[in-house]
Amino acid sequence: MSAKTLYDKIWDAHVVHQEEDGTALLYIDRHLVHEVTSPQAFEGLRMAGRGLWRTNSILAVPDHNVPTTTENRGNGTAGISDPVAKIQIETLNSNCDEFKINEFHMDDIRQGIVHVIGPEQGATLPGMTVVCGDSHTSTHGAFGALAHGIGTSEVEHVMATQCLIQKKMKNMLVSVDGKVGAGVTAKDIVLAIIGEIGTAGGTGYAIEFAGEAIADLSMEGRMTVCNMAIEGGARAGLIAVDDTTINYVKGRPYAPTGEVWDQAVTAWQDLHSDEGAHFDHVVRLDAKSIEPQVTWGTSPEMVVPVTANVPNPADEADAVKSQGISAALEYMGLEAGQPINEIKVDKVFIGSCTNSRIEDIREAAAIAKGKQVSADIKLAMVVPGSGLVKQQAEKEGLDTILKDAGFEWREPGCSMCLAMNADRLESGERCASTSNRNFEGRQGQGGRTHLVSPAMAAAAAIAGHFVDVRTIGGGA
Amino acid sequence: MDKFVVHKGLVVPLDRSNVDTDAIIPKQYLKSISKTGFGPTLFDDWRYTEPGEPGMDHSNRSLNENFALNQPRYQGASILLARENFGCGSSREHAVWALTDYGIKAVIAPSYADIFFNNSFKNGLLPIVLSESIIDGLFNEVEANEGAEFTIDLEQKKVISASGTSYDFEVDEFRKHCLLNGLDDIGLTLQHADAIRQYESKRKQEAPWLM
Repeated sequence: MSAKTLYDKIWDAHVVHQEEDGTALLYIDRHLVHEVTSPQAFEGLRMAGRGLWRTNSILAVPDHNVPTTTENRGNGTAGISDPVAKIQIETLNSNCDEFKINEFHMDDIRQGIVHVIGPEQGATLPGMTVVCGDSHTSTHGAFGALAHGIGTSEVEHVMATQCLIQKKMKNMLVSVDGKVGAGVTAKDIVLAIIGEIGTAGGTGYAIEFAGEAIADLSMEGRMTVCNMAIEGGARAGLIAVDDTTINYVKGRPYAPTGEVWDQAVTAWQDLHSDEGAHFDHVVRLDAKSIEPQVTWGTSPEMVVPVTANVPNPADEADAVKSQGISAALEYMGLEAGQPINEIKVDKVFIGSCTNSRIEDIREAAAIAKGKQVSADIKLAMVVPGSGLVKQQAEKEGLDTILKDAGFEWREPGCSMCLAMNADRLESGERCASTSNRNFEGRQGQGGRTHLVSPAMAAAAAIAGHFVDVRTIGGGA
Repeated sequence: MDKFVVHKGLVVPLDRSNVDTDAIIPKQYLKSISKTGFGPTLFDDWRYTEPGEPGMDHSNRSLNENFALNQPRYQGASILLARENFGCGSSREHAVWALTDYGIKAVIAPSYADIFFNNSFKNGLLPIVLSESIIDGLFNEVEANEGAEFTIDLEQKKVISASGTSYDFEVDEFRKHCLLNGLDDIGLTLQHADAIRQYESKRKQEAPWLM
């Protein structure tokens, strides 16, 4: 048998049927559902008189639209001030009731961002195929799972058939060799990768992240890396299973137990690329050359180290790219050549499916401890990824450290990553954000987003402008 | 799903690369629980001068006259000419629903983001890939010729520009078959229901933790 990549192995194990042209029916083990991309799928099922193929494969949670202020939570959907958002969450609740789907409601301690709660509950397991109507489903690939976002038509398709119609992607290996320096986090690694391959560099590929710097990461860090595979154009990012993976999964509510656990662990030992497996494209990065990263433009590929300056469109030979840089600088209100660490910020957002896990909050608290948010900052908020992350952070006293420093401590949800709820930027406001997209208008129309790690976001909140986290006290 | 066989229509150029789905349909409109009604808010931030919200009467909003879709010569366009990596970002199918609700039947670009590309076929929107140099030429042709109409023949896999030049494009045979016949994917997959059940019973033995 020829050597296979991790992606090849998971793909092969899930093909139900394959046509001659390579179009396959791929079996889906886990389907995560949230309020924004599911209502039309449920409506489609009802109109066609179809039911769910396998109800216990689905886990649902409202996250995109939920308010994050404590006074608006705790009383079901009654506290949602936006009537349209309220209808959407109530629609998820009624659909889950009607189809008997397991849903973590807004007031459940297990509620949170769909890509945080899946792994936290052990609902994401190594070797699974995982889908969700959300592009950041790539997050779950951190477990050696094949996980990717799908559209609403495909959500309906998986609900009705437990399968997706797919063609196999190509294999890409991104190897981050050696160890990163102090103060450099998973977020910096993935931003540096996107800077290298570009926002469409991974289109058509499943990316396997490997190398010592990736293997050194905790599961939280690996999730941050896989989460942003989509920002490099790849629907799916994966990381091989090792002891870190298995230790994280063990004992979680939806993880197997007893003999089945032992059987699963044995099977999971094979979830890595074989020696000599073929990759269609290989990219290598030197870990020690990666510095803390800050995006300056309106695409995640527009990223530089914090020690660098804003690029000059005149230095770009390609006319279309040069024009793109000029347009981004105009939108972002930046000057070519301006040092990154002189850019002042108005708001700071620590949260999202990229960076809202316990380790991210610890990282931010370590920087903020004993310091004060700058008087120039209008709002600095920390939004934990789930009720359980929030509870753990409070147990460790991280909420007190952050609140004492002047951060707001919120209830879990997607929040200002995409600003579907009340948390948003006003036009012209500049934000240091731990989220995943710096597109125009992403955090509010006219808002200006700079993507950074939690440590860099906390440091910007204290300084009032970007600052190299390696030059200040505390932190990783 | 509507069939797509041959389509002739006016072309509107959108001369930007990496057009993301947040730009195609901003987040505030994703709160809808319907598949229709997204046309008036397609490219909302670029199309109007003031911010929009769901429930507004969009016909009364002030238009950004510089934006191609608002220019008189492109009114009634049904083919969108675009640049590389069109539809990147979020998986929101609302982006495709906004394009089709506006009246767009096909997009022509050098490349697309994977999820957007998949979503298009599920809704009868044909995403055509042509090379960057051909697309450059088509931008010039459309801008120089007011009223330029293209013909797209899916059976023949050809785009015929206003000048009469024909360009071949590739499309997956399965997807072509579904579009030509307006077929519902779910119905097709359920023809394999026995194979899915057999797979499940095998997996229950081999990997019980997954079921």
